[in-house]
Amino acid sequence: MADATLQHDSVQHGIGGEFEAPLFGAYSKKVGMWLFLASDSLTFGALLVAFSYNRISNPAWPTPFAKESIINATIMTACLLSSSLTMVMAVFAAQRGDKPWLRNWLLATMGFGTAFIVLHAMEWSKLIGEGMTPFTNPWAPTVPQFGGTFFTLTGMHMLHVTIGVIYLGVIALRKTFLPILGALWLAGYFLIPANNVFHYGIHTLLVGLIVSAVILLLKPKLYDAHDVEVAGLYWHFVDLVWMFIFPLVYLMSTRIV
Amino acid sequence: MHDSATHDDSKGQYFWVWGALLVLTAVEVWLGYKQVFQPVAMLEVLLGLSVIKSALIIAYFMHLKFESAIMRWTLTISVVACFVIMYLFFFPDAGRILRLGVK
Repeated sequence: MADATLQHDSVQHGIGGEFEAPLFGAYSKKVGMWLFLASDSLTFGALLVAFSYNRISNPAWPTPFAKESIINATIMTACLLSSSLTMVMAVFAAQRGDKPWLRNWLLATMGFGTAFIVLHAMEWSKLIGEGMTPFTNPWAPTVPQFGGTFFTLTGMHMLHVTIGVIYLGVIALRKTFLPILGALWLAGYFLIPANNVFHYGIHTLLVGLIVSAVILLLKPKLYDAHDVEVAGLYWHFVDLVWMFIFPLVYLMSTRIV
Repeated sequence: MHDSATHDDSKGQYFWVWGALLVLTAVEVWLGYKQVFQPVAMLEVLLGLSVIKSALIIAYFMHLKFESAIMRWTLTISVVACFVIMYLFFFPDAGRILRLGVK
């Protein structure tokens, strides 16, 4: 159907020919990411509803988060909010073709994201050290589901942040990122004590390394402003989800001394 | 790509949004730490503030405000409808458990 097609070289990066009109008038990568984020929001929505359901239907819900935990989580929130701002600056740099600042802003975003992961890992380690598992907790024995809902929800989010940092690393540094990611994986594996859950959790970086290597080696390309904007959409979504997790998980379980 | 060039001269608005998000976070922390409301009311207030924060992130940081109207409304209505259905199914039941006094 002739009127349903158009020439849009700018959308398809110089590939000539006729294409079906892009959905919503936006380029296909962006629409694809929005649709993924819509479906991913339902995953997090289900986890958040499950947590909230358990929280308000259990008057004996544990309150393990004392002042230092709330301060820690507030700093984590500030890190993610600031990372969104640096990501916006990265998109602007990409759109004006400023490669050095694009890399700088992306590295700043990754830095904030990494700070978030490290702070969150420290919080997890502290809770596990106090005796919390997915099936038990020392504060409210009659509410065993606290550990399961907490670790599932925050663990899923931490995984998303980790994937986001790797995604931005691929965009910012391309093949240079592979040895850096490999070094981080090895350093984490050898430096994190064997009795810490992240001694094994660090293998997420190995999976990320393999996937990144497949993408970068089998389909090498220069990432343009569209790719940076799409990566930004994913990153802002990760920030957005934390805006719900922080109050629901932490502020609804504060320990007032 | 949206008309990003027209937004390049308005970076200031993103700093304002960032500042507003930090202020709203501070309000949330104050409400949570002072335990201003009972759990159910607290959950509703905190969720309300979170919805405002997420709307700011989606509209400005994710640029949905600058996308076409069909894209804005299709995405918003479909996701919000799913969350409303989840809410209608689960939260009345959670409240019922409270009223029944189940421990």
